[in-house]
This record gives sequence, structure tokens and C-alpha cells, in this order.
Amino acid sequence: MPQAPVEYIRRITDNYAKLGYKAYQWVNNPEVSPWTPLQKPLSQCKLGLVASGGIYATGQVAFHFKDDTSFRTIPTTVRTTDLRTAHFAYDQTDARKDPNVVFPIDTLRRLVKEGVIGSLAENFYTFMGGIYSSRKVVDDLAPRLTEQFLADKVDVVLLVPV
Amino acid sequence: MGSALDILKAGNPPRAAFLDYPLGHTTGKPHQPELQREIMIQALEGFTSLTVPGQIKMLPFRWDDEDWKRTAMSEGDARTPRHDTPQYQTEEDRVRAEANATVSCEVCVVSA
Repeated sequence: MPQAPVEYIRRITDNYAKLGYKAYQWVNNPEVSPWTPLQKPLSQCKLGLVASGGIYATGQVAFHFKDDTSFRTIPTTVRTTDLRTAHFAYDQTDARKDPNVVFPIDTLRRLVKEGVIGSLAENFYTFMGGIYSSRKVVDDLAPRLTEQFLADKVDVVLLVPV
Repeated sequence: MGSALDILKAGNPPRAAFLDYPLGHTTGKPHQPELQREIMIQALEGFTSLTVPGQIKMLPFRWDDEDWKRTAMSEGDARTPRHDTPQYQTEEDRVRAEANATVSCEVCVVSA
């Protein structure tokens, strides 16, 4: 019998209360989200991706853990064995064995070959999602990523949070 | 795509797919390319099948057993301290990144 999904917000709120931390102000977007229907079949779309699991390629500067709002540009031709992770809030054991569990690069390259997706953008983007200030994400990081996607002329963007 | 249903709902993206796996496995299990492919195909299918803003497609995949749910995020704050210096996975990564930084500076000023 499958169990109900984990209630992360409640558990984290309880943990913070137990540790005597101030209650965290969770993001809540109750308004109807903007909607654009897909303009053409996925098999003709160029796909962009942003992942928050702290992925970087060796040779790049790794993420730090104090509200790091920077992002890394990962060429979609990257060697999977060159991918690394730096994140404080999830168990990275499996991601370091196979980055595809948080950054599905081989999966998506394969789906392009199979014709399921038209093409991949030249670059994907990554950041370290443990940013306490949601304001910094909304006002700084998200607009910079949006600019990248507009410049890359992608048709769809896949978000892969951790 | 997301593995935290309540956080996904609160963020309320235009369309989403929920995978009920432990955090750190948003797009599948390690070294299981066929499973990763199947998960991705079903998630991407949401681009066409979801027609109402804020709708979440519930993916049918389950972790082997669900014991992980009892302890997920319920054991205090065991996370790493918040350093503001880069946290490299390996020392080799640090050396490479620092070598790149040296190469890319056009005029490198070293103060004594």
C-alpha cells in the first residue's frame, strides 16, 4: 500500500521550531500561474533546462552554501563524468554516482536521438537551490535565467529542482 | 518535475510532474537509464496533456519500499554549515577551477 507523499513543509517547520529557529517564510504563489500552450509538437521543440541540485562541471567554480545566487552554464555536449555536485540540503551520494538523477543530460540527449524532443539548447543552467532568501531568487536569479532562455530561443524549459 | 509535492504545489508552476522518490532523485534512480527514460517521457508528456494552469501530473513510479518516508527530513538539522567559499566535490576540482581563473585573467595583479 503506497504511503502519502512526505509533508516537507510541515516537517521542516517542526524541525525549526524544535531547534529554536525563526519560522521560515515559505514561498506561496496562490494566483493562477501564467499559461502558454505548447506551440508545436515536442518533437520540433528546442528544450532548455535549469536544475537546482548544485551541479557544476569540473573546472568551474563550485557553489558555496550561503545564499549563492550564481548559476553555472553547462554545455549540453558536456561529458557526464565531468559533472559534480555541491549542495548542503540533500544526500548527494546517488547524484555523484550518476548525475542523471538530478541533471538528466544523458536521458535528454537520448530522447533527441529518438526523435521525442526536437533538440537541446546549446547550454543548460544549474544553481544551488538552498537559497534562504526567496526574494533574491525572484528579483535576481530568476530574471537572469529567463534572459538566458530568451537569448537561447528555447521553446520549452524543464525545471529540475531537488 | 519535483519530488516534494507540497513545495511543488506552493510554488505553483504552470505545469508539473510529481515523482514520489526521496530528495536527490528528481529524475530517477542512479544507473537505471531505461527507468530514467520512462520517467522523463511520462513527465514530458505533461507539456501536451496538461491543459489547466497549476495542474500536477502524478507519475506512477514508486521507490522499492517506502521506509525512507518515515525519516525524510525528520531528524533535526543535519546539514553542512553555510560556508561562503566554494564547496568542491574533490580537491582536484578546486585545483582545476583555480587554474582556470588564473588563465582567464587578462592582467593578473598579485599584491605582495
